[in-house]
Amino acid sequence: MAEKLDKVDVVVVGSGWAGGIAAAELSKAGYKVVCLERGKERSTKDFVGSKDELRYTKRHELAQDLTKQTMTFRNNVGEDAIPMRKHNGYPIYDEGTGGTSVHWSGWSYRWLPFDFEIRSKIIEKYGEERIPKDMIVQDWGVTYDDMEPYYDKWEKTAGISGEVNPLGPPRSDEYPNPPMKESPAIRLFADATKKLGYHPFRMPAATVSQQYVNPDGETINACVFCAFCSMYGCDFAAKADPIVTVLKTAQKTGNFEIRNNAHVKRILHDGKKATGVLYVDPLTLEEFEQPADLVVSAAFFSGNNRLMMLSGIGEQYNPETGKGVIGKNFTSHYTGIGGNAATAYFEDKKFNTFAGAGALGCVIDDFNGDHIDNTDTDFLHGFNISIFQDGAAAIANNRVPQGTPYWGKEFKEKSVHYAHRYLNIGGMQGTMPYTHNYLDLDPTYKDVYGDPLLRITAKFTDQERNMAKMIAEKCAEIAEEMGADIIDTPPVADDVEMTSSSVNTHAAGGVIMGVDPETSAVNTYSQVWGMENVFVVGGSSFPHFGNSNPTETIGAFAYRAAEGMIKYLKGDGGLLVESKTSKETV
Amino acid sequence: MADKKDMKPGKSSAKQAPDASRRQFMKNSGLVVGGVAGGSLLGGLLTNQFKSDKSAPVKTEDQKVELTEARMFFERYEDFVVLEQATERILPKDDNGPGAIELGVPYFIDKQMAGSWGINGTDYRQGPFLKNDPPVDQTSLNRGQVIITGIRKMNEESKNRFDVTFDKAEEEQQIEILQDFESSKVKLRGVNAGSMFQLLRELTMEGAYSDPLYGGNRNMAGWKMQEFPGAVPSYADIIEKEEFVKRDPMSLTSYQQKS
Repeated sequence: MAEKLDKVDVVVVGSGWAGGIAAAELSKAGYKVVCLERGKERSTKDFVGSKDELRYTKRHELAQDLTKQTMTFRNNVGEDAIPMRKHNGYPIYDEGTGGTSVHWSGWSYRWLPFDFEIRSKIIEKYGEERIPKDMIVQDWGVTYDDMEPYYDKWEKTAGISGEVNPLGPPRSDEYPNPPMKESPAIRLFADATKKLGYHPFRMPAATVSQQYVNPDGETINACVFCAFCSMYGCDFAAKADPIVTVLKTAQKTGNFEIRNNAHVKRILHDGKKATGVLYVDPLTLEEFEQPADLVVSAAFFSGNNRLMMLSGIGEQYNPETGKGVIGKNFTSHYTGIGGNAATAYFEDKKFNTFAGAGALGCVIDDFNGDHIDNTDTDFLHGFNISIFQDGAAAIANNRVPQGTPYWGKEFKEKSVHYAHRYLNIGGMQGTMPYTHNYLDLDPTYKDVYGDPLLRITAKFTDQERNMAKMIAEKCAEIAEEMGADIIDTPPVADDVEMTSSSVNTHAAGGVIMGVDPETSAVNTYSQVWGMENVFVVGGSSFPHFGNSNPTETIGAFAYRAAEGMIKYLKGDGGLLVESKTSKETV
Repeated sequence: MADKKDMKPGKSSAKQAPDASRRQFMKNSGLVVGGVAGGSLLGGLLTNQFKSDKSAPVKTEDQKVELTEARMFFERYEDFVVLEQATERILPKDDNGPGAIELGVPYFIDKQMAGSWGINGTDYRQGPFLKNDPPVDQTSLNRGQVIITGIRKMNEESKNRFDVTFDKAEEEQQIEILQDFESSKVKLRGVNAGSMFQLLRELTMEGAYSDPLYGGNRNMAGWKMQEFPGAVPSYADIIEKEEFVKRDPMSLTSYQQKS
C-alpha cells in the first residue's frame, strides 16, 4: 500500500531541461513544486576529475540503469521485439539529477519556420501529391514567430555562445555570448565551405565561451576545451545543464524540492483530471502517492509515452487503423544513417583533436529544410552539415581508412599513424513521421516492477536512405575542398535497415502536439487534450524531427509550456487553446 | 582463520621437493592423474615452488613488479595464455610501440570480466533471450562466459587444426583462427563467434587506451604511442594553435584530488 504524502501544487516527473525549466518557472511564480527524479542525486561535485573515457563514454556512467528498465525494438508489426539490453555507442537515456541533459554536447539550434508549418509549406511548394500516403507529416499548431521569444529566453538561460546564422530565421536578439575560440580544423571547414559558395557559421554552443551570469542569476563558467564533454558532466561547470541553471534557480525560491530515487509508475487520475502520481523508491521499494493540482510529465520521450500508456491516458495509436494518438509519429536522428558522413584523412597535417569541447564546431545550413529545393531531391526536408571538435579520446580515436583491416599489424600501424590526421564531417537529417513508426507497450518484456516495457516499431524508408546518400556526397565535396588525401564516406545501401542501435537520445514523438485531438495528444502548450491538468513536455511532443539537435527546441517549448501552466493555475482551469476538428486542419 | 599447524605440511613439503623429483612428479601426474585433481596438484607445485627455485628467474628489487597483475577471473593459466596471444594478434607490438601484452591488456580484460562488466551488471537481463546463434548483447551468457567460451574454442580449434595449443601456434595460424571467428565460420555454443570476437577486439582497444587505473595502458604507453595527453585540465592555451602539440600524458592518478 502506497504511503500518501501531503498535496503540493505541482509535481514534475523528471529533472532534465524540460522538467527543470517547468520547475524553475513555477517555483519562481510561487507554486510549491516537487520534482521526482528516478536516478540518484548528482551535483557538479560528481563531475570533478571525471576524465575517464572507459567509465563515461564506453560504460555510460550517466546512463539509465538498464537492470531496472529498458525499451524493446523491432522493424515491423508482427515481429517479436528484442530488448535493448545495453547502451550502445549512444546511451538510450540517462538518469540522475539533470537527466539526459547532463551528458549532452551543447549543440543549440533553433528549428526552422518550415518545421512548424511543415505540411502546409510542402503543399504550398510542391503540391499535396508530393507527400507519400504513409508519411503522416502535420503542422505543429504554432509558427516560428510564435516560438521566437521562447527560443531567445532559452538561449539566455543557457548562455549560448554563437554567431548569427546568415541563412537563419529572424531573431529578436543576438546570442548572449560570442562564439567559442576557433581551432584550425574549424578554420579549414569554414574556408572550404565559403569557397564552395556555402554560408558557414559557428555552431551555437552551450559550452560557454566566457564566464556568464544568466537572467536568473546563475553563473556558468568559461569552457577550457578540456575535451571530456559529450557523455560527461562538466568538470568546471562550464556547460549549461539543468544542475547549474534551472534546478539551482528553482532551489533558490524555497518553493522547490527534488526527490531523487523516485521512479514514477503511474499518473493517478479520475478519468477527467489527474490527482497526482504513484512512485516507487528503487532502493527500498517503498511506494508513495504524491497528490498534486498539476502533473508535469518531463520524463524523456520514452518515459512520457510509457507513463501515458501505463496510466491509460489517451488512446493508444494503432498503425493498422491509424486511430489513436499515444505512441504516434516516432522519429529520431537515427544512428548509422547520415551520421559521420565523411572522414577526411590528411597525410601532412596533424590536428590537436585531443582538445576540444562538445559544441566546438562550424555549420552550414545551405541544405536545411528551408533552403534545399525538394523539387529535384528524392526526399523531403533537408539536413545540416557540420564539423565539430569535441575531443578525440584514446579508445575511440582509432579510425583507419576504409579497406584497412580492423585489427592486426596493418590496423595498428595505420590507427597510430592517423590518430591525429583525420577530421569528421557530419550531417543531421530532418526525419519524417510514418504510419509504421510508432510506440506501444511490449507484450513480453517487463521492467523490474512487472510493468511492460516501451516497444519501438520503426524502419528506414528510401526517404532516409536517399537523404543519407546526398549528405555523404556533400560532405565528401567539402572534405575534398579542405584538401583531404583520403575521403571515406559510409556506404548507404538501398536495403540498409534500422537496428536497435539506430535509436539514440535524439528520439521523439508519441505524445505529439497539434491543434486537433484526433491527430495530436497535446496542444501547443503541451497540455493533454483529454486531461487538462497534465502537461507532457519534451521531445515526445515533436510531430517530426527537425534537421538539427533537439535540445533547444525542447527548452523553448518547455518555456512555452511553463507559461501555459501558470496561466492554467491562475485561471479557472480548462484548455489553454480551443481544439479544432480534423476537417478544419490542413 | 586456518590454524597455523594446518598450513605447515603444504608449505614444508613444497620447499623440500627437490628439482628432479618435481619434474618426475609432473611427468607422472600428467600421465597418470590428469584432469582436475592432477591440474590442481600441479598448480600448487608450480605457483608455490618456482619462487624458491634457484634456476627460475628471480625478480630483484630494482625490477618493478606489478602487484596487481594476478588473475582474478581466469582460473586456468592455459586459458589466460590464449587470451594473451589473441589480444597480441589484435594489437601487435611493432615499431610504433608496445602490443597488447606489454600494455597489460590481458590483465585489464581479466579485471573487467571479474567485475560488473563481466557479469553484465548494468544490463537488462530478463528473458527470453535469443536462441539461434545470438550476438553477445542478446545471449543468456554473460560477458565473462562469452569470453571463456570463445577462448577455449580458439584453443580447441588450434589443437584440431595444427596439433598445438593456440598460444604455441604460429602467428599465421593464430590469425587464421581469429579470422574464422571474426567471420563466424567457427560456431560457438550459445553465442555468435563474430560477435564474441568483436567483444574481444573492443576489450583489447579499451585495455590498450583506457586510463591506467583499470590495469591496462601500462605506464601510459598506449597513450604515448597515440600521442594522447590523457586527463589534462585545460587546452584553452593551445586550442587555436596550428602546430601539433606533443606533451607527456597525465593519468587520473595525478589529476584527481587526493588526501
